[in-house]
Amino acid sequence: MSALWSLLRRDLLLALRRPSEVLTVVFFFVVVAALFPLAVGPERATLRMLAPGVLWVGALLASLLALNRLFEADHRDGTLEQMLLSGTPLTLLVVAKIAAHWVLCGLPLVLLAPLLGVLFDLSGDALGVLALSLLIGTPVLSCIGAIGAALTLGLRGGGVLLALLVLPLFVPVLVFGAGAVEALAAGLGSEAHLSILMALLLLSGLFSPWACAQALRIALE
Amino acid sequence: MRRIAWTHYAAPQTFYGLAGVCWKPLALLALALALAGMWVGFMVAPTDAQQGEGYRIIFVHVPVSWMSMIIYLAMAFWGVVCLVFRARLAGMLSQALAPTGALFAFLSLWTGALWGKPMWGAWWVWDARLTSELILFFLYIGFIALTSAIQDPRRADRAGALVAIVGAVNVPIIYFSVKWWNTLHQGASVSLTRAPSMAQTMLWGMLLMALACWVYTLAIVLYRTRSLILQRERHADWVAQLPEVNPGVRP
Repeated sequence: MSALWSLLRRDLLLALRRPSEVLTVVFFFVVVAALFPLAVGPERATLRMLAPGVLWVGALLASLLALNRLFEADHRDGTLEQMLLSGTPLTLLVVAKIAAHWVLCGLPLVLLAPLLGVLFDLSGDALGVLALSLLIGTPVLSCIGAIGAALTLGLRGGGVLLALLVLPLFVPVLVFGAGAVEALAAGLGSEAHLSILMALLLLSGLFSPWACAQALRIALE
Repeated sequence: MRRIAWTHYAAPQTFYGLAGVCWKPLALLALALALAGMWVGFMVAPTDAQQGEGYRIIFVHVPVSWMSMIIYLAMAFWGVVCLVFRARLAGMLSQALAPTGALFAFLSLWTGALWGKPMWGAWWVWDARLTSELILFFLYIGFIALTSAIQDPRRADRAGALVAIVGAVNVPIIYFSVKWWNTLHQGASVSLTRAPSMAQTMLWGMLLMALACWVYTLAIVLYRTRSLILQRERHADWVAQLPEVNPGVRP
């Protein structure tokens, strides 16, 4: 357990020493969200309708952007092999890597999304549900994405390949995440969508660290 | 009765011979079944009371949709075998299945669009079953892209196996999505628990076509696995002894 905390602390510390990487992801999200009103026009009713989908797709692409580097640096300097050889279960170490990735590239998006939602003229309730759905949904993206990142480790053209591999698997999260906000707007209530998101989080949190550890073993064999 | 030695055929060398014997009769059988199925489907089966002649696309659409899902499950099955028993042949079978699965998924989407235009008035609707079939197609493409990007065949096999297993979670969602989401797509017309809601001849046509797709898949997968074996074992002695590789050698 202490290995988990120290690895998490190390990853966060490394990222804080080089804040540009995290900030790139955050500003990518902001810029993508700002492009949509310019493309579809400034009508407030249209923007309000588009907002959940646009912000969710933006968050999804932003977290995909950072996935590429999840194991890259550790792989290059040999740290990853040491982790594999160490007595600590690899699954536990993978949990720490995924948690660090989410804190760095998921949490900022959750905090920023309500602010961007204001630009799309979302109501107060909708902003809350949007933030909540991202809070539950972005860890799922990190969990599933980590498997893809481990599989494409060290391959040429890994970034595009990773997107091709992982984006189809993100679909349920996107459907229920954006659906939660839309259901609220339609007057249906968002509890059902949020519950399914939570179920997805539990499932992926349970199985993906194990699958990711397997993928790392395959990649480094 | 003598026990069949399954593991005997897990060796690429012996499987190569077995596949060589089997693939041609299977391909001919698939052709015969497809011709019979099309004859029943297009000539014998009556015109549908509600859908007119347009319904006949189901004789292609339903079998290829079934196969696109079954092939993914087969890929995941061989993926498990590949990861658990570290069998080289399982990885090759998995990779040999993928292009055929992708082809069937694409055909399913295409024939679905041809059926949807006269029936729903649109080539495409964002209904749960169509969407999940599209995602299945993307999963096949991702699998093929990953396995072809990895140079080392052993890593390619095992990485592909893991992707197939992770993606297989999607296949049941496709099948049960009709029940989960209430959508435009009509419910399943063939069910194991109740009598089918279609004429006997229609059912026969569809079953013949489904069998044709099964046998075709077997034939093409055996053929493709043979090519993969030759490619990977090209430095092995037994490959050099094959008459089709080295015509100078007497069999």
